[in-house]
Amino acid sequence: MRAVKILSVTLITLVLIGGIAIPLSPVPQSWFEFPVIPGLEDKARNILFHVPIAWTTVLAFLVSLWYGIRYLRTKDLAYDLRSVSSAGLGLMFCILATITGSLWAKFNWGSFWNWDPRETSIFVLLLIYGAYFALRSALGSDEVRARLSAVYAIIAGLTVPFFVFVLPRMVSGLHPGAKGDVEGSGPVVQFKMAPNMRVLFFAGLIGYSLLFVWLLNLRVRTAQLEERADGQSE
Amino acid sequence: MNDLILSVHGLARSFNRRLVFKDLDFSVAAPGSLAITGKNGAGKSTLVKILAGIASPTKGRVTYTADGKAVDADALRERMGFVAPYLNLYEEFTAWENLAILGRIRTGTVPSAEQIGDTLRRVDLWQRRDDLVAGFSSGMKQRLKYAMAILDAPAILFLDEPTANLDADGIAIVETVVRDQQRHGILILATNDESEASWCRERIHLAGRGTDARP
Amino acid sequence: MNALTQTAALVAKDVRSELRTRYALNALLMFVITSVATILFALREDPASPEVLGGMFWVVVFFSAMSGLSRIFVSEEEKGTALTLQLIARPTVVYFGKLLFNCGLTLILTTAITVLYVLIFPQFTVQSVPIFAATVVLGSLGFASAATIIAAIIAKANTRGTLYPVLSFPILIPLLMTVMKSTARALAGEPLVSALGELQVLVSYVLIMTGGSFLLFDYVWKD
Ligand SMILES: Nc1ncnc2c1ncn2[C@@H]1O[C@H](COP(=O)(O)OP(=O)(O)OP(=O)(O)O)[C@@H](O)[C@H]1O
Ligand SMILES: [Mg+2]
Repeated sequence: MRAVKILSVTLITLVLIGGIAIPLSPVPQSWFEFPVIPGLEDKARNILFHVPIAWTTVLAFLVSLWYGIRYLRTKDLAYDLRSVSSAGLGLMFCILATITGSLWAKFNWGSFWNWDPRETSIFVLLLIYGAYFALRSALGSDEVRARLSAVYAIIAGLTVPFFVFVLPRMVSGLHPGAKGDVEGSGPVVQFKMAPNMRVLFFAGLIGYSLLFVWLLNLRVRTAQLEERADGQSE
Repeated sequence: MNDLILSVHGLARSFNRRLVFKDLDFSVAAPGSLAITGKNGAGKSTLVKILAGIASPTKGRVTYTADGKAVDADALRERMGFVAPYLNLYEEFTAWENLAILGRIRTGTVPSAEQIGDTLRRVDLWQRRDDLVAGFSSGMKQRLKYAMAILDAPAILFLDEPTANLDADGIAIVETVVRDQQRHGILILATNDESEASWCRERIHLAGRGTDARP
Repeated sequence: MNALTQTAALVAKDVRSELRTRYALNALLMFVITSVATILFALREDPASPEVLGGMFWVVVFFSAMSGLSRIFVSEEEKGTALTLQLIARPTVVYFGKLLFNCGLTLILTTAITVLYVLIFPQFTVQSVPIFAATVVLGSLGFASAATIIAAIIAKANTRGTLYPVLSFPILIPLLMTVMKSTARALAGEPLVSALGELQVLVSYVLIMTGGSFLLFDYVWKD
């Protein structure tokens, strides 16, 4: 965990400094200059923050789902603790992704919210996280709560293919890679990125993922300690 | 379903991390009977529910064998009777309809009118067969639960608080049901009444409030 | 074979119980009338476009469904018969029995809304009846499949009424977006082939939801 912690902090610091400080230039001459992307300019820097955070949101959901399934198979409440901790972090990252995204949308596409397929997807993910916690608070015993919330997460997970494969075809999108995008299609990562920017971008992806792993570990350990303290005080 | 044997291995159940019971190992073979005793909250109802397959254990397993072969849950379900305060019948149906409808859901075939009639006479509800259960007294409801439980001559019968709400006649009916059952099949009876427990040949006692499962 | 007759017996039991108590149906139909009347008040001045009406159609379906489809499990839990049912019927029988009942209820619901719509809104002209019929039928099945498993979940919770739409909405969004799109096509009178994509999505939604619910139902149903 120590290594995860150090690596995550280092990478995120690197991305923070690099992402903000590296100047833009129309014709990049050296490794420490970013190319200017017409229409994006300085706003392009947000890709180093927004995308890794959005990625972590999805990662947290998948991790939560995975531990939910593990719980159903083993009935070991330790897995439920991991599952709910991951969902809590996912909710936090989801809110951050929504904020960074809608700010970017305001300055690039003119309004905070456009119901572009990816915006719709993150909104639904936000609703799912909300529903997940609403359900948990309405269930009486630990076992029932663990079981039913795991089932709900899986049912919600069943709708994911729709958002990934179907929705982008149904609604025209603004994100790169969506239908009707003039810059050409392809996933976000291929999006006209200079090599030096790409290094920072991947550093961001890894850095935020590791941050998630570290925070998850922290939450689980705290909860375990609290449980033990409760057990002793009784 | 001859020579039915119920066996339990390392059974444990907890609620909210609190252990109700653990390490239960026992077996009952037909014809036979087992009384489960213990204080309020000792886990009697929890245990019978797990044995009947309507609750899951936290650890361990319950297995049924007949003629030396494992019996699956679906086959057993058709040959199982259960009377308990927490198992209600449908109040919007009459006594007759309850037996006809639930019997058909249980086995896939409609019980014959003769079968239903005999069973209702046995629990002395024949006169009230076409009345809605909503209008029944609690003792009459308990009798109807017995009718439902013995309708298909169960191979295993579970009784939790067997004489709740019953008058002297009702208790006499229960005693004949209990006697018949242990002659042909398995009877499992959960109670904290000493005289009821003495109807059974074997007994396990659940020792009080469970220990704490937390580390 | 046995499982089929058992499922039929369970559906028959629920239908008979419903006819006797009118637990769900009355609430459902009253909800339809109230919400269509509300739309009527809102649109009194200027007649809405077919697209808006098409969207509202599914809004009415959503809220009415949320008022009635959970009864199927909640009523068993409230009457204390859920354990009895668990004792006498295998989970598969219970799941498919309840699903079939809810499918029937949703089809009655969407039919009632369609009839009301056609009677009340002259602008609501369905140009392509095949697309509309397929959308309504598949959409109803989709609604029922998602609503049934969520109903089974919330029946175990203590704040059922409010929780039901909260849990169902995110799951139903893909369905809602698809049926709205394909209803718009039906109203615009497009040929059947143009809606094939949406109809495929609806079919896969029904299959995925039913399959997933079937696999998970044991965990929901059994304590
Ligand atoms: N659904 C539940 N949620 C939380 N705890 C439960 C639940 N059901 C039972 N328990 C707990 O399990 C323990 C055993 O309960 P159970 O109903 O099996 O007792 P019992 O032996 O049948 O008692 P009684 O003699 O009162 O019928 C009790 O401590 C009870 O608090
Ligand atoms: Mg009890």
